[in-house]
Amino acid sequence: MTADRTAAPAAAIRINGVDYPVPADPRVSLLDLLRETLNLHGTKKGCNQGACGACTVLVDGERIVSCLSLAVQHAGRSVTTIEGLASEAGLHPLQQAFIEHDGFQCGYCTPGQICSAIGMASELQRGVPSHVTPDLAADHIAPTHDEIRERMSGNLCRCGAHNGIIAAIRGTYAEAAE
Amino acid sequence: MSIVNEAKQAVRGAAMDVMEKAVALAPDSWMPGGEPDPLIRARHGSIGASIPRIDGPLKVRGAARFAAEFALDGMLYAALMFSTVPKGRIATLDTAAAEAAPGVALVMTHRNAPRMKPMPLFMTAEKADGGDNLPIMQDDRIHWNGQPIAVVLADTQEQADHAVSLISVTYEAEAALTSLATAKAKGTEPGLFLGQPLKAEKGDADAAFVNAPVRVDRRYSTPRHNHNAIEPHAATVAWQGDKLIVHDASQAVQHTAWSLGDVFGIAEEQVHVTSPFVGGGFGGKCLWQHQVLGAAASKLAGRPVRIALSREGVYRMIGGRTLTEQRFAIGAEPDGRFVALIHTGVAPTSRQNAFPEPFILPTMSSYGSPNIKLDVETVHLDMLANTFMRAPGESVGTFAMESAIDEMAVALGIDPVELRILNQPTEDPLKGTPFSSRHIAEAWRAGAERFGWSQRNPTAASMRDGEWLVGMGCATATYPYHRMPGGAARITLTRDGGARVEIAAHEMGMGTATAHTQVAAERLGLSRDQVTFAYGDSTLPGVVLAGGSQQTASIGASVIAAHHGLIKELLKLAGNDSPLAGLSADEVGTVNGGLAKLDDPSRHESYVSILTRSGRDHVAVEGSASAPLETMHWSMHSFGALFCEVGVNSVTGEIRVRRFLGSYDCGRILNPKTAASQFRGGIIMGLGLALMEETQFDERNGRVMNPSLSDYHVPVHLDVPEIDVIWTDIPDPRAPMGARGIGEIGITGVGAAVANAVFNATGKRIRDLPLTLDKLM
Repeated sequence: MTADRTAAPAAAIRINGVDYPVPADPRVSLLDLLRETLNLHGTKKGCNQGACGACTVLVDGERIVSCLSLAVQHAGRSVTTIEGLASEAGLHPLQQAFIEHDGFQCGYCTPGQICSAIGMASELQRGVPSHVTPDLAADHIAPTHDEIRERMSGNLCRCGAHNGIIAAIRGTYAEAAE
Repeated sequence: MSIVNEAKQAVRGAAMDVMEKAVALAPDSWMPGGEPDPLIRARHGSIGASIPRIDGPLKVRGAARFAAEFALDGMLYAALMFSTVPKGRIATLDTAAAEAAPGVALVMTHRNAPRMKPMPLFMTAEKADGGDNLPIMQDDRIHWNGQPIAVVLADTQEQADHAVSLISVTYEAEAALTSLATAKAKGTEPGLFLGQPLKAEKGDADAAFVNAPVRVDRRYSTPRHNHNAIEPHAATVAWQGDKLIVHDASQAVQHTAWSLGDVFGIAEEQVHVTSPFVGGGFGGKCLWQHQVLGAAASKLAGRPVRIALSREGVYRMIGGRTLTEQRFAIGAEPDGRFVALIHTGVAPTSRQNAFPEPFILPTMSSYGSPNIKLDVETVHLDMLANTFMRAPGESVGTFAMESAIDEMAVALGIDPVELRILNQPTEDPLKGTPFSSRHIAEAWRAGAERFGWSQRNPTAASMRDGEWLVGMGCATATYPYHRMPGGAARITLTRDGGARVEIAAHEMGMGTATAHTQVAAERLGLSRDQVTFAYGDSTLPGVVLAGGSQQTASIGASVIAAHHGLIKELLKLAGNDSPLAGLSADEVGTVNGGLAKLDDPSRHESYVSILTRSGRDHVAVEGSASAPLETMHWSMHSFGALFCEVGVNSVTGEIRVRRFLGSYDCGRILNPKTAASQFRGGIIMGLGLALMEETQFDERNGRVMNPSLSDYHVPVHLDVPEIDVIWTDIPDPRAPMGARGIGEIGITGVGAAVANAVFNATGKRIRDLPLTLDKLM
């Protein structure tokens, strides 16, 4: 994916590199803007309460649950959804890894898991600690099995693809780091 | 359930009894599976290959389309209001403010809803799949706490949600029966399942138990559960004249089309249900009131409707698993042989359905004993209709059975693995029918070896790792082979050499299209990329429920039937100028992209050649599966040997599952990659059942108290260890492809495996699920 380096216009939300006007109705969540106004259905609604992680997207690179965020809050910001990850050259390496490790069954939590893992990888790079981080002052944190499982625990999966999801993330980030 | 319905069920049950005995005595060769599926012997490498899911690229790009993702022109969004009392009637209902709210197109209540019949209740007819049989918005009566009482349609979801908040309602509440203890005090009645009483007796179990030298007699309980598929229930609905189109999240498209037709008084052909992808089902995604309400409101408004339930809405109007109170008693000789097995108890159901959780099912086939007594009693509560949830019966029944076996092993001083192997039956313990294929002892031995069971200290509370008490436990997993009547499929061969297999089956994450593309390629002698598998649409042939772990068998038998027809049709087209001339259908098979004589493969002609010579673009043949008599003639069950290691924190009581292994005997495995995921998925749901899951039900007013994923806990990544899964891969000669279904067995036995490990770690026996830390403090 090629990131658009210029800032999004103040009255627009940049989604996967394209600018869209903010909705007139201030009650519209970022999730509903994506799904209902823009027909970007890749971002999923699992609970609409911030409890399941299915709606995770990246806002200026940070992972958020888009159901708990009003669309109007994102004026001038850049949002990446699951639809923005693959390029013309092919799938994002993590998307490919999810297929190889069978990191999903029904596929409904999958876009959220993938976006969340990408956000998580950047948190590890920046040294943002978690509950299981041994060294809170470290500049970079290693993507260990426990570290990934702890940080991905906000993304529920009911089919039980947990082992495959973690294997896909480790295969993409931990093995690359080693 | 009305008395008439119960009488009908009883008559059907008696007729089934007679038929079952006749089928059991008939010769093997008369049965489906009497001649094993030729695919069991022919191994060309497609079946058994670890193929990645063919819908994987769609799913990882978020491009697989789910029910709430069909956008229709002029579509309105629905929001629902739910009752807050368990029983009574609506006294006042003021919808004026909601009707006047911006964007609102319709407020539908019992005052203006179109006249409709109640849903045909699941299992009361071949294609009935309603979750309850209540009038839907036809009167002012309230039957459960959470019943929908109003539907608002508006241009946007925000407008609809806001308008619901403007509706004022008051109720005249009536006394409701919402407490299990109160209901039991008034008396229980026998539970029925598929028309048959959930009751079985062999010998005199009570007397044998009393006289047994070693006895265990315990009570176990399991709470209500919710499926909690991550995709909430949703339907996008439109009427085109008198034709109803429903884009649904469904594990029963044909059933739902027929049932909705019945509700609206139109032919099933006038209802078109699609369900290309389902975001998890687990038994919860059949026909519930929301599809009916969405269709009714759409009819009234004259516009398409999206009805997507909120997460709370799922808890309010989609039933889950009911609770159980079970007694499990075992009488044994000092050498460990069982002389009496008693499994009895109570599982409540609602008044508007009849599904007492059949927790005795695992005990019907797992162990031998000369004396067996099984009995499920029920009571009817004023609550949301309960329903099937993954392995109904076995999931919670194995908790009691396998905990009690562990208690018996402790009482006898015998290793629990050996005790289980010792008590394996040689024929079906109740029916006396032969097993089609049963290799549980091999599964136990392989699992014990791989897990390192010999490292376990049989003395409880004797292993420690820092502040963690460590223990190992084991349990049996079990689930029957099922195949339901009604399966049918169509195979179309085209002159470009491709094949299309069509059947009204479902994909909810099982990998249906992937596995059946593999099977069809192997059966037709084609490569996988020449085969298309179409499913998830009620206009396709076949009545195929994605439930009871029977979809694979049903698809398999349907495709076998269509394949037989296809060979006959191709022979006709081949005519006398073909190397196949003069051969009968029994003498040829499908190999190498064409037909060939079975014992002389040089007599071969390709499909393309046959179609070209006969001037045809394609040939299409539909076949209907044989009646599923094999399940009455043989005792057909899958098994698994489960091993679990837990750590229990000696300070906080926190339980962590450290290791888990499942060793299964489920016949032939079609795709190891997706099968391993299904086993693991079931085990993980079993870890939830063991450690945290409970739908909390307020017994004072029948209201679910934790209707959210924040308050109903399911296993998250940090709760789930690496799960090891192995299998015997021994084909069942009586099952299509040699495969028994694997969707449900994963959850069975897990609760007991964890509880038994916790006992080994701590010396504390927890008999009430879930195993929360307060019970260990």
